[in-house]
Amino acid sequence: MRVSVASLRVFGCHRDGRVVVIGARDLRVVFGGRVRAVDGVDLEVDAGEIVALVGESGCGKTTLARTLLGLERPSSGEVLFEDKPLDYRRLKAYRRQVQLVLQDPLGALNPRHTVYDAVAEGLRIHRVPGDEQALVADALSRAGLRPPERFFLRYPHELSGGQRQRVVIAGALVLEPRVLIADEPVSSLDASVRGEILGLLLRLRDELGLTVLVVTHDLGLAWNIADRVAVMYLGRIVEIGPTAEVLQSPQHPYTQALLSVVPDVGHTEQIVLTGEPPDPARIPSGCRFHPRCPVVLPECTSVSLPILGVGGGHRAACVRVE
Amino acid sequence: MSLLEWRDVSVDYAGPDGPVPAVRGVTLSVERGEVLGIAGESGCGKSTLAATVLRLLPDSARVGGEILLDGADVLTMSWGKLRAARWSDAAIVFQGALHSLNPVQSIGKQLAEPIRLHKTAADPDARVRELLEQVGLPASRASAYPHELSGGQRQRVMIAMALACGPDLVIADEPTTALDVMVQAQVLDLLTGLVRDLGMGMVLISHDLGVLGTTCDRIAVMYAGRIVEIGPGLEVFDDPQHPYTRALAGAFPRVGDPAARYAPVGLPGDPPYPGDLPGGCDFHPRCPVVMDACATASVSLVDAGVGRVAACLRVSS
Repeated sequence: MRVSVASLRVFGCHRDGRVVVIGARDLRVVFGGRVRAVDGVDLEVDAGEIVALVGESGCGKTTLARTLLGLERPSSGEVLFEDKPLDYRRLKAYRRQVQLVLQDPLGALNPRHTVYDAVAEGLRIHRVPGDEQALVADALSRAGLRPPERFFLRYPHELSGGQRQRVVIAGALVLEPRVLIADEPVSSLDASVRGEILGLLLRLRDELGLTVLVVTHDLGLAWNIADRVAVMYLGRIVEIGPTAEVLQSPQHPYTQALLSVVPDVGHTEQIVLTGEPPDPARIPSGCRFHPRCPVVLPECTSVSLPILGVGGGHRAACVRVE
Repeated sequence: MSLLEWRDVSVDYAGPDGPVPAVRGVTLSVERGEVLGIAGESGCGKSTLAATVLRLLPDSARVGGEILLDGADVLTMSWGKLRAARWSDAAIVFQGALHSLNPVQSIGKQLAEPIRLHKTAADPDARVRELLEQVGLPASRASAYPHELSGGQRQRVMIAMALACGPDLVIADEPTTALDVMVQAQVLDLLTGLVRDLGMGMVLISHDLGVLGTTCDRIAVMYAGRIVEIGPGLEVFDDPQHPYTRALAGAFPRVGDPAARYAPVGLPGDPPYPGDLPGGCDFHPRCPVVMDACATASVSLVDAGVGRVAACLRVSS
């Protein structure tokens, strides 16, 4: 199983022979009838691919991730898993395949559960047969906690931030999922630990063929590990493509602004957008970015931009891009 | 005279097995109109060092050395003088804006409190409106409660609060850590603009060397309670001399740097427990370029270029 998934990744670069592990088709999630948190997203993530979903707070990236996990129901459109629409009657089996890694490892772990219990919980819920202790030990050591037995009886408060995040990742890995969805996996960690956890995600992809969707506002993280980047703004993907292309020659003015404010020396002019992202309850007409766009054109207030479709290449939803 | 001067400052916390040194012999100064960055991992002592300025540490902490705020030693100051110095001479922007604001009081009322207590303005409400505008919030937001504001707006309120009594020095502890890149850029712009316009001094604490490198005039890097490198902001980020600074700088890669593609840089291991420090250079057990001598030699800050010092044997040799 593991070998076949890993080898699929190799063939995954041929767009025809690829397997879409997780994705969305015209996905919309509306809260309370008017808050359009996810407002038409098409996305396909191939087997063994690492995709970074980037955007500001409130852009809908976390809602999109939660919907892909089956934690929210779409208002319309579909979540895709292994090329088929997600069957909500079989959510439990689905959740074993698609695991979540949360932002704040201290909040994600029960302070009164040992590391062993935290990792074994998933096995018990899903009634996974086999030697529980061996499975837990295996997951811990894959997550870089070695020797695993030394960590069995430790409590979260006895661990460092990086070790806690590894326990959370081990809890996901123990179920042998195909997909990890990681919501800001390193934003609460120290600078020195950050690279270690990102390196772990890369290694898991290479060794186990895991597919990873990373939700983040950190473009440096995307540059570090992602194969592709999808930039989200007000419920929609406004630019998507291979990481090097999106981050080195961004087409959408929003992506250009985001990149210009990444702390970095020798930058050209910063484009600091004023204000917070607008309200998903009142999405502007025309291009949804036009009220904040530094290079807005007259037609931007009325033009209707189509949803960026799936497929390879680098695309942006902007009238300035043909 | 410097606006703020730490002279050989040390802080020991009381531990179960004797004192635990959190800050060890730090000498550092901040001038008017200067932004000084302090970088380092959690537990390196950077927040403790900042808290010494206003004597905000718990009673169990023993502080040594001298801390001169505008020439006056904070450690020997009377309680009344210290109370007067808090807010009006120096103010702190704490991290975690949501938790530092009172959820059941309007932000206007919270902003007015230090102004009323210190009687720094005849009309506190007018001063509140002025402060809100200074940090880029409409004056009408004074009646809003913290939960009605976004993370970036709350952080602006925290900054306005620090400015309330017109301090000469503002200490900002991880002011942008929980914020988005765009909001982070707005807040950093605001802070550096205030230093420029009001001629204050500022201490900016962060573990993100990229943030510090682009905003600070100088950066001091701390490890295990000591300063291991000081230099101009851009140079420390761009061309670090100490291997620890190099690891911190590498953790936040530059977009476009081919060396960082699929190669995130981490630093294995954990910082030492302050009560159980290794011999020799504090950093040697984690150092990627450690030499035999590092395990025993005592290291101190030595010249490492114009306006730069670093505590590393490789720099002196």
